[in-house]
Amino acid sequence: MLPTDIKDPEYFHKVVDCQYACPAHTPVPEYIRLIARRQYTEAYVINWESNVFPGVLGRTCDRPCEPACRRGRLVSETSADGKPEEPVAICRLKRVAADNKGDISNWLPQVPVEKNGKKIALVGAGPASLTVARDLLPLGYIIDLYDENPRGGGFMRSQIPSFRLPVEVLDEEVDRVLDLGVNQIFNQRVDSLEALLAQDYDAIFVGTGAPRGRDLDLPGREEADANVHIGIDWLKSVAFEHTEQVGKKVVVLGGGNTAMDCCRTARRMGGEQVTITVRSTFDAMKASPWEKDDALREGIPFLPNHTPLTYVCDNGRLVGMTFDRVESVYEDGKRRLVSTGEEPVFVEADDVLVAIGQEVSFPWIEQSTGIEFNEWGEPVVDATTFQSTNPKVFFGGDAAFGPENIITAVAHGHQVAVSIDLCLNEKDMLADRPAPGTHLFSTKMGIHEWSYDSPVTNDERFAVPHLANEVALVDRRAEVELGFDPQIAFAEAERCLNCDVQTVFEEKKCIECDACVDICPTNCISFVGNADEKTLRATLSAPADQTDQDLYVSGDLPTGRVMVKDENVCLHCGLCAERCPTAAWDMQQFSYTVTKACRIPGPLTGKPANV
Amino acid sequence: MSYQKPTFRHPQLPRNGLDLTRSSYEGLISTLCAGCGHDSISAAVIQACWELDIEPHRVAKVSGIGCSSKSPTYFLNKSHGFNSVHGRMPSVATGANVANHELTYIGVSGDGDSASIGMGQFAHVVRRNLNMLYLVENNGCYGLTKGQDSATADEGSKSKSGLENPFENIDLVGVALEIGATFVARSFSGDKDQLVPLMKAALSHRGFALIDVISPCVTFNNHHGSTKSYDYTRDHIHTGNIVDFVPARSEITAHYDAGDTTLVDLHDGSSLNLAKAQPDYDPGDKGAAVNALLKSREKGEILTGLIYIDTTEPDFHEVMSLGAAPLNSLSQETLCPGNEQLQKLNAGFR
Repeated sequence: MLPTDIKDPEYFHKVVDCQYACPAHTPVPEYIRLIARRQYTEAYVINWESNVFPGVLGRTCDRPCEPACRRGRLVSETSADGKPEEPVAICRLKRVAADNKGDISNWLPQVPVEKNGKKIALVGAGPASLTVARDLLPLGYIIDLYDENPRGGGFMRSQIPSFRLPVEVLDEEVDRVLDLGVNQIFNQRVDSLEALLAQDYDAIFVGTGAPRGRDLDLPGREEADANVHIGIDWLKSVAFEHTEQVGKKVVVLGGGNTAMDCCRTARRMGGEQVTITVRSTFDAMKASPWEKDDALREGIPFLPNHTPLTYVCDNGRLVGMTFDRVESVYEDGKRRLVSTGEEPVFVEADDVLVAIGQEVSFPWIEQSTGIEFNEWGEPVVDATTFQSTNPKVFFGGDAAFGPENIITAVAHGHQVAVSIDLCLNEKDMLADRPAPGTHLFSTKMGIHEWSYDSPVTNDERFAVPHLANEVALVDRRAEVELGFDPQIAFAEAERCLNCDVQTVFEEKKCIECDACVDICPTNCISFVGNADEKTLRATLSAPADQTDQDLYVSGDLPTGRVMVKDENVCLHCGLCAERCPTAAWDMQQFSYTVTKACRIPGPLTGKPANV
Repeated sequence: MSYQKPTFRHPQLPRNGLDLTRSSYEGLISTLCAGCGHDSISAAVIQACWELDIEPHRVAKVSGIGCSSKSPTYFLNKSHGFNSVHGRMPSVATGANVANHELTYIGVSGDGDSASIGMGQFAHVVRRNLNMLYLVENNGCYGLTKGQDSATADEGSKSKSGLENPFENIDLVGVALEIGATFVARSFSGDKDQLVPLMKAALSHRGFALIDVISPCVTFNNHHGSTKSYDYTRDHIHTGNIVDFVPARSEITAHYDAGDTTLVDLHDGSSLNLAKAQPDYDPGDKGAAVNALLKSREKGEILTGLIYIDTTEPDFHEVMSLGAAPLNSLSQETLCPGNEQLQKLNAGFR
């Protein structure tokens, strides 16, 4: 193999599994270290620069970072059950920063009073639009934000129940963006893109999400209509207090996170007998495991392998639903549901909540606007620039590529802001796109002393304490998760392996003494004859069959061999560097920040201009 | 500064015949200097014992004094250990061996511990053919007292302060050959591909097995002008033969040109397949071994590999007719039959 090019920003970025997996590439290990040092404000600001809604995300994020966490690939020799470690509770640590931060006003970007004369319309006040607004306001753009609802936040407000996300937390972070100087045009639905284009906007961003919940048309649907509700619409009417109660017996159809929110909300709105029914097996449900756990903890029964057959009415009123019992059969990786042939099951219900998916909907975008849609009704959007087939119109968030999550919408928002700024300054949106900001510096403080906590703790993942059900289930607004206290937060933060502190190898210093090979707890390092990747993977001192994890290969050493390090289970413990007599190994901290349309101040991106 | 090794290991570490991973053979984290050759030797011991399916609790580690003699702490944590007096490791090893000959004995010593203060003890344990692996971690200097020349420092080798060593060196391999060692090898800490099979062969050999391992002292003897540095050793190494250890009941899989290999059977059923680097040299022939050693010394080369092996000589335990049962398993009455028996014995001499 050719020597690894560690100057390629993506090489070390990929080693930081959590940050790499995060759509917005939030610098996770850096803010976790700050939390351990109780520098909550700085930890929050790093998050805010990257993901705009740390308090919201610290409670509600889909956490793609956690399944990626290196700890999940490790088994401790002291583990009693021999099971792999659980990932660091990255998401809930983020919340600790948000809960305990001090005043961050000094860190906020300055928005010029003198505008640059360019006007941008944002349609839909969700996370994507708010991110575009935050990134463009400091550059002097005039931002008009349209939303049909009285308050900003989009689906963060309408779809996430307040027992998971308190309104105050959401308000604080939405208002922080709005207060930068967004022209709020709320309670106003945009009915025509053509009309919007006819105004004097230089660019228009569509961040309207995926607002249409799927319905389930089965026999009896029409008759039962008064008591059959589309999940996301029902959650929204609860959030805006148009719905105050629900029947005693509630059936929720669907196995995703919206279904979990529906059933838990129903429990708090008068539902005494709330049941989740899902066609798949329990394990194959789409909901995040922790959201399923939360529903189970509230005593909500799950009926997996149940395919709905009919709505059953009595005297024009819904009394329940019938289900066919099925089995999941997998053929060539595809699932097929096969009826068991048993009698249909009848489940009583006063209300049915349908949470079986949602999709984009653009009845307000006319053909004349030149915006093309694909066969699924999604707009044709460039995956890098987010520009649509009308060069003035950009899409992002769920509106661009279908339902995802908040953090993906934020990541889109950053890129849209970059595109709009480049486009309106007559630059090329691809060629002139800024590279990520990277920085690599040694953590060496003295002989065998590093600026990070290199020892690896054996602590198991700490659980976030929950409010007791007796209290939680009677108040829709009472937040269920209580969050980590600073002591537990410290202990959990110490579980982080600091994967951003990279093992950097300088071959010209190496004397091939094998000290690093001998000390490495996880046998990552080998000195072998060079070969192609497949051969190398087979000749290393421990199996290296995780091919999505890179091999770090040095240039030729004096004996003709090369150093090969399998990045897969490196603990970043620094022992290779401590045992290296010539400092050929060094532990160097790598920071990677996605370049935004404007520089947002932060510990990694620099202080605000006025400080 | 790390004082403890993390307890995480590679999740797919291979397991040996005892269902153990290498981690079961590890010791505490080393306190030797970073890059010390001794740590590589410890790693080789771990690897060799793991590959041989030796039960860690059936091993006794004995050592004297010095950097080398600290190293048993850094491997085989679950074995018996005795860190003895300077140069007196052979006596302790002999006593332990007499008490229980069923354990595997690994003696770790250094050039000072064996070639200076312990020279007498070394000579006698060799000639008694005590069943043990005797490792000399040879760095040619007294690392623990800031790098003075030791007895194995080559004549003309420069110390870190720039002074040349005016004295002839003691070659422990030559000494051992002269006084009847039955397994004599030399290797280099930086070449585990050679060292591990040699250790496996030595651990399977019945009798005294010496491996003199050149183990550079990174702190005091790894500079230009030293003849025990990583660079000098790599430049001057000459491999006498390549040892392929063949465990009992397994087929020989290494392939060498016919006529170039010698098969040596060991007492435990395993065998050694020796690929010769020099066609006229047979490690079963002591005269040839001495010759090869002298010739390579003349050429300024460091001869490594299995230099001499004799599997026919009885070991100390046999010579002394100590019986099959280890002495520590015998009862008090058997070991000490009482005054009556003593009087009878004494009467026999009158």
